[in-house]
Amino acid sequence: MAEPREVMRLEGLRKSYNIGQANEVEVLHGIDLRLDSSDFAALVGPSGSGKSTLLNQIGLLDTPTDGELYLLGQATSDMDDEARTALRGQHLGFVFQFHHLISAFSALENVLMPVMVNQGRPDREAIDRARALLADVGLEKFADSKPTELSGGQQQRVAIARALVTRPALLLADEPTGNLDTKTAADVFALFRRFHQAYGCAVLLVTHDPRLADTCDRTISLIDGCIEP
Amino acid sequence: MWIESTLALRFLRQGRAQTLLILIGIAVGVAVIVFVVALIAGLQDNVIDRTLGTQAHIRVEAPEELNRIAPAPPGTLQLVLEDRRAQTLRPINNWQQVRDVLDGLPGISAVSPIVSGPAFGRRGDAVESVALIGMDLPRYLQVIPLQENMVDGRLQVGSGNAVIGRQLARDLGLRTGGKLRLDAGDGRAAIVNVAGIFELGVRELDARYVYLDLKQAQSLLDLPGGITVIDVTVDELFAADRMAARIAGLTGLRAESWMQTNAQLMNALSSQSISTNMISFFVAISVAFGIASVLAVSVSQRTREIGILRAIGTRRRQMLRVFLVQGAVLGLLGSTIGALAGWSLVAVFNNLGPGLFEVGMPPALIPSAMALATVAGVIAAAVPASRAARMDPVEAIRHG
Repeated sequence: MAEPREVMRLEGLRKSYNIGQANEVEVLHGIDLRLDSSDFAALVGPSGSGKSTLLNQIGLLDTPTDGELYLLGQATSDMDDEARTALRGQHLGFVFQFHHLISAFSALENVLMPVMVNQGRPDREAIDRARALLADVGLEKFADSKPTELSGGQQQRVAIARALVTRPALLLADEPTGNLDTKTAADVFALFRRFHQAYGCAVLLVTHDPRLADTCDRTISLIDGCIEP
Repeated sequence: MWIESTLALRFLRQGRAQTLLILIGIAVGVAVIVFVVALIAGLQDNVIDRTLGTQAHIRVEAPEELNRIAPAPPGTLQLVLEDRRAQTLRPINNWQQVRDVLDGLPGISAVSPIVSGPAFGRRGDAVESVALIGMDLPRYLQVIPLQENMVDGRLQVGSGNAVIGRQLARDLGLRTGGKLRLDAGDGRAAIVNVAGIFELGVRELDARYVYLDLKQAQSLLDLPGGITVIDVTVDELFAADRMAARIAGLTGLRAESWMQTNAQLMNALSSQSISTNMISFFVAISVAFGIASVLAVSVSQRTREIGILRAIGTRRRQMLRVFLVQGAVLGLLGSTIGALAGWSLVAVFNNLGPGLFEVGMPPALIPSAMALATVAGVIAAAVPASRAARMDPVEAIRHG
């Protein structure tokens, strides 16, 4: 694998809700964190510790109250929504607990969706890449199936293929195996591992399954909005 | 725009039942607009046609005779008790020049000088009061299509020939080829040959009009070489009052347009147009509300998908367009169906309806109804679309 490089860095990241109101609450208390392309990390912590909030900050889905987030060396706190959306579409891949496929589109089209919203009509090369990814997750036969015709595990695998179609630098997954049975969960987890090795993208998984966390190379534990050393 | 339209069309296709229902709603609305507008336009055309079948667009006459009141010396109180002057039958001065000026005026399609005045028509002991109309036949026919209203004989004036109305013929027991004695008073009388009989469909005219050539009418009415009225036809019907004002300004004569002559009719027509516009407006509003509510429901149902699309890189403005396009497509598609339905209704009305008049299809009606519905669709989609665009992806994914 190539020399590891920095993918994402947080400096003193804070996030508060209900700012200026009586019930103002700070969820993240100054987080410093760095992820390299070689990282296959689990983000663990009890419920309410701010795992999802942190993941949303890293995923540029939400804006921090204070601090800075560097994605591939670029400071993001001054960017407008347009620029953040573009960066998110290009360099980040998301897998959520519930598959969240777009139900009006086939499996293949769902995999291509990030390409289509970022570049418009997909070219031959993108379609081939999407087909290859579907084959990698073992669903080449289901390319034209609608999400409703697929099982939960199959849908989650389509979602993983979708997250990888743009060759992101960082793959973010929020409880990706949370609603799957043990066997399917292990399969999905193995996929993450495989893609991490094949594409060299950093992976950050939120989970509260300790067995799953143990199989990751690195464990980041978040307790009460602070990272445990 | 490709991905926006693709998403929009897929969303519409997926929400099949909703899409179909709102399309029917839009189609019904547009069909109503098309049918009502065509019907009212047809009705108005018909009424105007009938009215103007026996009238010129503009009637130019000599100015009224007025009393000239001698001014009193300064410092004197002047009390005036004035009776209006009796209006004698007076010719238009220099009518040939006036005619030539009008002939050259843009916007005027026909100019017909006539001489008209009262007389008695006699046959045996029967007497009827008639209106003599002396005219230059080729010019007159450009204003009033008399040839379409002949019921008997030939349309021929001059050489002692006259054309009379059907009611007058009946009242005096005349047939084509019969003799009619015209008595214009002061011993001016003539016997004319009834060359033809017309029926304009207006009883008053059919009982009074006697058409002669200019020369004979002039000598009967003691206006040698003179004419009393110039009838004018204009290209643009509803510009007649402006044209009348222009003619009055140019010639110093009295010019009255058909719109002034038929003020009540104009009033009725414009009230009708207002009510047609009101119907169109309110139908368009309800169509717009229908589209807005369907899209609002769609945005709510797709909250989570919108969140996901935003997460994987869909820009806010793209999200906005996805729903605006849906509004436009619904408006366009619905109005296409509606326009066809409206058209069929018009065809059914023409073929199976009361058959009183033919309803035409104004060429601009269908395109403008479709444009109206499409624009209404886009405007209606604005609110739900901006809600979709403003959605916070985190919230949308969590709570969708």
